[in-house]
Amino acid sequence: MDPEQKELPLSSPHLLGLDGVPARDITRIFETAESFKEVLGRPIKRVPSLQGITVVNLFFESSTRTRISFELAEKRLSADVINFTASDSSLSKGETLKDTARNIEAMKVDMVVMRHSAAGAPHFLARVLHSHVLNAGDGAHEHPTQGLLDMLTLKEKFGTLEGLHIGIVGDIAHSRVALSNIYGLRTMGAKVTVCGPPTMIPRGIEMLGVDVCHRIDDLIPHVDALNVLRIQLEREAGARIPTLREYRTYFGITRARLERARHPVTILHPGPINRDVELSADVADSEHSVILDQVLNGVAIRMAVLYLLTLSPLGA
Amino acid sequence: MVKTMDLLFTSAHIIDPAAGVDDVRDIRIEHGLITAIGEDLSTGGLERVDLHGALVFPGFMDMHVHAREPGYEYKETIATCAAAAAAGGFTAVLTMPNTNPPADDASVIRTVIERGMEALGGAVDVYPAGTVTSGRKGTALAPLAELWDAGARAFTDDGAPVASGGILRLALEYTKMFEGVILQHCEDLTLSAGGLVHEGAVSTQLGLPGCPAIAEEACLARDLRIVEFTGGRYHAQHLSCAASVHMIKDAKLSGLHVTAEVTPHHLTLHDEVLRSFNPNTKVNPPLRSKDDMMALREGLRDGVIDVIATDHAPHSFDEKEVEFAAAPFGIVGLETAIGLVITEIVGTGYLPLQRLPEVFSYNPRRILGLPIVKIAEGEKANLTIVDPTIAWKVDPALFHSRSRNTPFAGRALVGKAVGIYNHGKVFLGPELR
Repeated sequence: MDPEQKELPLSSPHLLGLDGVPARDITRIFETAESFKEVLGRPIKRVPSLQGITVVNLFFESSTRTRISFELAEKRLSADVINFTASDSSLSKGETLKDTARNIEAMKVDMVVMRHSAAGAPHFLARVLHSHVLNAGDGAHEHPTQGLLDMLTLKEKFGTLEGLHIGIVGDIAHSRVALSNIYGLRTMGAKVTVCGPPTMIPRGIEMLGVDVCHRIDDLIPHVDALNVLRIQLEREAGARIPTLREYRTYFGITRARLERARHPVTILHPGPINRDVELSADVADSEHSVILDQVLNGVAIRMAVLYLLTLSPLGA
Repeated sequence: MVKTMDLLFTSAHIIDPAAGVDDVRDIRIEHGLITAIGEDLSTGGLERVDLHGALVFPGFMDMHVHAREPGYEYKETIATCAAAAAAGGFTAVLTMPNTNPPADDASVIRTVIERGMEALGGAVDVYPAGTVTSGRKGTALAPLAELWDAGARAFTDDGAPVASGGILRLALEYTKMFEGVILQHCEDLTLSAGGLVHEGAVSTQLGLPGCPAIAEEACLARDLRIVEFTGGRYHAQHLSCAASVHMIKDAKLSGLHVTAEVTPHHLTLHDEVLRSFNPNTKVNPPLRSKDDMMALREGLRDGVIDVIATDHAPHSFDEKEVEFAAAPFGIVGLETAIGLVITEIVGTGYLPLQRLPEVFSYNPRRILGLPIVKIAEGEKANLTIVDPTIAWKVDPALFHSRSRNTPFAGRALVGKAVGIYNHGKVFLGPELR
């Protein structure tokens, strides 16, 4: 398929999350991403798809790889790119999110990619702006392009998502990666089991059609792939695990644990990895790890979403 | 807007069970007193207002109102609060003490009372609540007797709980000497820590930090033991969950001096409305599950919950025009309360109209030790007029409150407050003008 070819638009002019995004849209994003991935393999890695389109990357939370991945995707599509990075603390000095965003929009941007610590912040932005809004992570809510790139990586590995059994391991309660994976994978017909200590499993998660498991060794033999979340000892009081050592003992993914599965288990990780905490170094670097494929697919997925969103007209 | 006048209300459907009245009558009012109730009264030269069968209740009181003055006049003033109360059908409010400075000093109490008498010609009785602790810091008792003598009618650190069991004990004991009541915002802060919405399936799906029901329940359970131990008077504010209703019921059965209130928003909304991430649905305690909402309705029906109070919490447009996490908690309630209750609670059979005086008039005043309002000859005329047939849509632009932070914008309601009469002053809504 030629990425320049006019296509039917996605069902929304924004990508705020994968909750409610139909399978048809996800499939279209995958197809477009695959064709852009071919572009990324060329000597001249640039297409004019977003020529004349201005994209602002509005990052209110520190991020290195997601921001770089978006910026690269935008540049590969020939978009004009503006980066805005602010810590949440600078906002508390006065300017509201609405003012910040509307000031930038007044300079005639077409699309806003935002990361923010507050769940729902991109939904708010989509309400007050007249630009395409792409959620690059909102609090513990969603990180839809991460969910899409994880799914594309699995689809490449297994040929289909339908019927796969994916385990998501870690702090499910505070993970936007987990939630976007759950929404997307369930839509595409995969089975999902979340695994972690009960303090990290949020209430009512079963309502999303997932199973819950607290013993990683019980889960490993049954899954095709594990998406291993980065674990952090919470900064504030009331950490949900006593120590990182204890977490590693009970939930760390090691070669010894995987070998008990008797079949290869594919390993994904959204990065950055805490080596030898949630994932042992030998697993991270093993032939079953698709972590670097995820990174490449991230650029392709973001190119696809950026391009496809511009085809969906904004409402009046 | 508000006029001092003698008048004759005709075709008034008076509902005052305490006075044994549920009939259509005329009411003559002179010098602020009801001088005659009867059929086909002559005007006797008085101005006549035909109510066409609208309901007349003993004046309603909202015992949970944030008037914001002093300190936050950009959100609300006592004058705009009184106007909102009158428009919403309330002849009295109890103002919360979380002002700046807080009402932890008699001078603040006196200021609030004075401003209340100036507002709207004094048509709305503004009773202040004082704080339980100095500066609402939770560590040392405020001068409770001085506050009481200055006119404080209750004590609360509302906005925050009295977290310390030891301080709560002292407050419940100390106020016994003048029969004061402690109003508690029930919340175990270690359990609610950081929570923005009810913890459950919806908070999980939205990735919003959850505030579990147990945060309210654990605080209330502890408090009830302290009430039993001290014998003090305790009122639980804005109940939000089913288990709290059961605990209040048991406490009453065992004879404790315990009462409770519920807000119109907890009676009519549950956490499904959060899916819009609308900051006007952000309130503390949070909108909980549908089961909780139904249990609150049942608690009201069964008389376990004594009072409907709005927790009217004005915030400016800009404060709420932000991402959900950054918005302050609170929604305005004075001007939607009666319409919501008639539409959603009376209309669904949980309360007959005949019980509205109990939850809106008798019980709040009884809890606060104020005289019960009666509609009878020789009594002061203190009336709330409600037309239960008016179909209307909530339009925040028409609010008298300085703030418009309501989750009910656009909501279709049936039943509306159309006027009040109090202290010889009449306030009539557009429907009666």
